[in-house]
Amino acid sequence: MNTTQQDKLITQEYSLNLGPQHPSTHGVYRVILTLNGETITRAENVVGYLHRGIEKLAETRTYAQVIPYTDRLDYLAGVLNNIAYVQTVEKSMGLDVELRAQYLRVIFGELSRIASHLVCVSSMALDLNSFTGWMYAFADREKILDIFEMTFGGRLTTNYARIGGVSKDATPEILAAIRTFLDTFPKRFEDFNNLVSYNKIFIDRTKNVAKISAQQAIDYGFTGPNLRASGVAFDLRKKAPYGLYDRFDFEVPTLTNGDSYDRYMLRVLEINQSLRIIDQALKQLPEGPIMSKVPRVIKPPVGETFHQIEGSKGLLGFNLVSDGTVNPSRLHIHSPSFVNIGIIPHIAKGLIIQDFIAFIASLDFVLGEIDR
Amino acid sequence: MTKFLLETMANFAITGFFADLIVVLVYFVLLLLFIIINVMLVVWVERRVCAFYQERLGPNRVGPFGILQSVVDAVKLISKEIIYPKNVDKWVYFLAPIICFISALLLYTVLPFGKGLVLVKLNVGLLFFVAFSSTTTISILMAGWGSNNKYSLLGGMRTVAQMISYEIPLLLSMFGVIMLAGSLNLQDIVNAQEHRWFINLQPLAFIIFIIASIAELNRAPFDLPEAEQELVAGYHTEYSGMQFAFFYLAEYANLFSLSILCTTIFLGGYLGPFFPSWIWFTVKVYGVILLYMWIRWTLPRIRMDKMMKLNWKFLIPLSLLNIVGTGVAIKAWPYIQQLVR
Repeated sequence: MNTTQQDKLITQEYSLNLGPQHPSTHGVYRVILTLNGETITRAENVVGYLHRGIEKLAETRTYAQVIPYTDRLDYLAGVLNNIAYVQTVEKSMGLDVELRAQYLRVIFGELSRIASHLVCVSSMALDLNSFTGWMYAFADREKILDIFEMTFGGRLTTNYARIGGVSKDATPEILAAIRTFLDTFPKRFEDFNNLVSYNKIFIDRTKNVAKISAQQAIDYGFTGPNLRASGVAFDLRKKAPYGLYDRFDFEVPTLTNGDSYDRYMLRVLEINQSLRIIDQALKQLPEGPIMSKVPRVIKPPVGETFHQIEGSKGLLGFNLVSDGTVNPSRLHIHSPSFVNIGIIPHIAKGLIIQDFIAFIASLDFVLGEIDR
Repeated sequence: MTKFLLETMANFAITGFFADLIVVLVYFVLLLLFIIINVMLVVWVERRVCAFYQERLGPNRVGPFGILQSVVDAVKLISKEIIYPKNVDKWVYFLAPIICFISALLLYTVLPFGKGLVLVKLNVGLLFFVAFSSTTTISILMAGWGSNNKYSLLGGMRTVAQMISYEIPLLLSMFGVIMLAGSLNLQDIVNAQEHRWFINLQPLAFIIFIIASIAELNRAPFDLPEAEQELVAGYHTEYSGMQFAFFYLAEYANLFSLSILCTTIFLGGYLGPFFPSWIWFTVKVYGVILLYMWIRWTLPRIRMDKMMKLNWKFLIPLSLLNIVGTGVAIKAWPYIQQLVR
């Protein structure tokens, strides 16, 4: 601790332990702040409180048994994790997936993305104490989770995608429920925006707070909405379309300021684009089987496969090393949240606690993905 | 009632100091009951109202519409252990919630609840109210300092900065009313509004009063001292059981008393046609409380520097302007009336 003497007023820096149990660290994230008054002079990330050894566990399971573990990575967007993993296995084996299954993956993947982004925007509203806004968005997210429950039983632990297809088909009732959601949600979301996004106090709290320039974002390996908020139009769904994403007409929203408000707003804009994709996918959805013919025992050929998708937080990659047996030899998960929090110590310097809270809320990290 | 009590006791040969003491005790217990029942009701109303805003149900299990929820909560808090964390400043830590609660109770002594329904008819009632409401600051600083917790300390420091700043516009906004009524006695102020409520003459002061009193009450958007998302619970992070309940009760007691003050000085107090005065009083007070709740559950929390800016650069100059304007208007009014005639 350095003591400074300014005009005979002796002040002392002190350290404040934010987390792992703190209302706004969104899980068990811990940061050790060194404070001068309320101004942060140093911040140090501490992670590892949610480590479950998923990568190691995968080595003792068969390829299909790993799928439920991926739900627990970014537990706010379980379907996207499932898809990323099964696509990696499919890529390593050269499997083809039925068209209907691919469309269902898009629909439920994008619903999952909306749910995840809703959690981000609403918990940011909550962190700035707009309690009512939080409730509004969570009620909408609840409807998505209800659709999930109707389809495959799980709400957060989705376990939806299978190697070569998906686990459950969407019945007409489920498709009708999704259609109802698409029809009713935009109006409710407008209410939420009027309450939170365009609120003067909210904008005051987030505008020009914790600015991250495009160069900084690239240097720190940002991906996903955080990168796009800094002005880099990089979206894997457009740049290197995987699955069926080249069949849909959607935009990649990009904002230039790179502050907390832009990171927040970008998610709001992305929700609208996801709605567009789901709408088109519902219209194009063909009839047909949902599982293609896959071998009884899944044994990818010896070798290394890397596949990544545009997750809700950024690029979610799986690196799979196969030794020809029924178990993966090594499964590495490249999680966007882990990369994204790397910038916190750098940006936090000079922020006051209130701005820091808005900053980490806008980064939208999930601890399940950081600690794995 | 005092007379009746004294006479009854005189029959049992209790006179002098002891009789006075008993009268005081009776009043105190009645006041305490009144406040606690009302505070519990306000807590319940707050929870139901915020649930209504948020498309939830709110507490609805205990009693009709969950009205007894606060009672159950209170019983739970009373039965809980009081925890003293390591290295706390014992006396400061122990006394803070008590001082907080007592200063909240004392405010009620001068407030008129209806025609003639006032405990102490004090000539400087408004001054008394303001003086005692500012002692809350001390107790919160004590709690923040005594807890030996950095979150509490930050909360305590924020409280001092905020409450001392906002006391100024709160006071200044009352000046216009005092000038119009020509008295600090709250009953006189109410009676001066026989023909016209002061909110009509002092709309600007009313708005300033509402904003400043929200800051005094530490409610959103000015709830920085106990900002949950930043400081966990601010100054009462370490408190548990009944000590926490004291802070909680004091918070809602202050909400109730400031709503009464607002009604008294701006909304004509207990005055109103047809119905008995206490009905008008209740309706108006709960109206003001609902206004506070509406604001709380709509707005996010303001930033520290913006809050200070709002106070020093906006509220205080405006309230000073309001005082000058009121003074000029009072002096000029007779001449204008003559001119019109």
